[in-house]
Amino acid sequence: MKILVAIKQVPDTATQVKVGADPRLIDTAGITWIVSPYDEFAVEEALRIKEKRGQGEVVAVSLGPERVKEALRSCLAMGCDRALHLNDAAWNGADTLATARALAAVIKQEQPQLVLCGRQAIDDDMGAVTAQLAELLGWPCASWIMEEAVDAEGTTVRAARQVEGGLEVFDLPLPAVLAAQKGLNEPRYPTLKGIMGAKKKEIRDVKAADLGLGAEPSQLSVVGLEALPPRPPGRIIQGDVPTAVKELVRALREDAKAI
Amino acid sequence: MEKFRGVDYYGIEALLSEEERMIRDAIRDWVETEFLPLVTEHHRAGTFPVQLLPKLGELGVFGATLKGYGCAGLNNVAYGLIMQELERGDSGLRSAASVQSGLVMHPIHAYGSDAQKERWLPALATGEKVGCFGLTEPDHGSDPGSMKTRARRQGDGYVLNGTKLWITNGSIADLAVVWAKGDDGEIHGYLVERGTPGFSTLDIHGKFSMRASITSELSFQDCRIPLENELPHVKGLRGPLGCLNQARYGIAWGAIGAATACYDWALQYAQQRVQFAKPIASFQLVQQKLVWMLTEITKAQLLCLQLGRLKDLGAARPQQVSMAKMNNVQMALETARLARDILGAAGIVDEHPIIRHMLNLETVNTYEGTHDIHTLIIGRDITGLDAFGV
Repeated sequence: MKILVAIKQVPDTATQVKVGADPRLIDTAGITWIVSPYDEFAVEEALRIKEKRGQGEVVAVSLGPERVKEALRSCLAMGCDRALHLNDAAWNGADTLATARALAAVIKQEQPQLVLCGRQAIDDDMGAVTAQLAELLGWPCASWIMEEAVDAEGTTVRAARQVEGGLEVFDLPLPAVLAAQKGLNEPRYPTLKGIMGAKKKEIRDVKAADLGLGAEPSQLSVVGLEALPPRPPGRIIQGDVPTAVKELVRALREDAKAI
Repeated sequence: MEKFRGVDYYGIEALLSEEERMIRDAIRDWVETEFLPLVTEHHRAGTFPVQLLPKLGELGVFGATLKGYGCAGLNNVAYGLIMQELERGDSGLRSAASVQSGLVMHPIHAYGSDAQKERWLPALATGEKVGCFGLTEPDHGSDPGSMKTRARRQGDGYVLNGTKLWITNGSIADLAVVWAKGDDGEIHGYLVERGTPGFSTLDIHGKFSMRASITSELSFQDCRIPLENELPHVKGLRGPLGCLNQARYGIAWGAIGAATACYDWALQYAQQRVQFAKPIASFQLVQQKLVWMLTEITKAQLLCLQLGRLKDLGAARPQQVSMAKMNNVQMALETARLARDILGAAGIVDEHPIIRHMLNLETVNTYEGTHDIHTLIIGRDITGLDAFGV
């Protein structure tokens, strides 16, 4: 079974993101880049499906600038067999729909039976690509997946997704798109042998022309990014407990209007 | 405190290959997620998280530079970076990996028979089996050549008698690599399995340093082992010293890990801690300490990187390894002490990692060749005169 995992390279979760000189972009100086954590669940799940079935191929794919190769290399180190890098100036500033179109085109070429991705990237939290991709492919899609099981024949997948207070269980005919939620699995650490082996695996550059696509202007344009205003300092209420509690209740009611 | 940010004042990152960086980052993540949440509890209890050994094996940490036998075949810089990251966690964690790799797998690989390699290396690589290294004795530390432990030939085996002290992982080891004098009066290496009659271990308690590490005494009383348990391809002090050279190399890198942990923590603390209405980082005396720490860390990083590159070329001399071990551990110990000072009273509690590293480094300063002994090794090398007091 061939599985394609779409991943995004995002700033490390510990990064304090700053607005850049161009106020529509973040300042990327000094940022450590990682594979978006939800996408790591997707990679892990794809590897588990392959290991459980005893055969198959896991292909990692990502769209972005040259640095994205490092993220793809991490996926290869975890155990993906090869990687595709959608690396073309035509995709600079691609919005979710342009990204989904590029992914759909590469998926049509690769013809995997299953596409896995994270439920959203942790940088812009848009969470739209998965659904747009499935729509463009005309494939069924389930998001926020907590469990999955591909049947022995590889024709359907049973997926359980997180809903308020429980799980909702679906059967989807394959091919399908699944988007991983936290809790689906615990991603493995790349082993040292895996890291050494990753260098020998292929990361193929894919250009828009290879997919029969031209430059597509993004329909969604970012007007600007704004940092949140700094939080006002907290207030410590002094005095003995009964007086302080009274004052706290008054402040919550009258000043903060929280209760 | 914020997550550890790495320390690289001189753009040394650019001198590492992509694989070396990926390996460093993988171990850094592992230590952050799997080890650091446990360390305070183990440090308090004086225990080592033994359940992590198979996990380290799964990652490929043990014998990482060896080729074959399920090992990763890394270069020496990548191995050094692993040691650095493990010791940013705790010197005890790095010690466990150092011992297994440099002091147990290395001698079996370098001096062992094919049968010994086949039997032990794969299981030691996965962490399924744990090894320890017995050289130091109660009365013979810096002068191992005077050891008292004897291995006498009797029929179809050797009979070992003697005591080894300060042995990391002694009581949990499945296999001890023991150095003893044979009938020829020369030092030989012997593989002694746990459970061999006459072989017993006792843990050392009351330690104020390396608390999250197991330190034991090994005792051999008419302990009989088969002839094939002797390491066939080495004789004399060169055997154990070759192992120590491996382990000392790892320590030189490890010390950077402990030092950067202390420096990064102290820097963040000094920027946040307000006294006299200013962050204490704004005071000249505090800045002087931080600058000293960073400068020494940077020098140590460059020393290790070049040593690793030399080692990969097969051109590193033991005296150069001595210099890196001597310099880097002293720099780390001093860095930990200064960091402790910057944290003031907070520096003595285990809510912060400083005091733990500081106490650990007192051991690291002494073991695998004391600071003074390494000084004499380099002194002899440059003057041609032996100052070992003989």
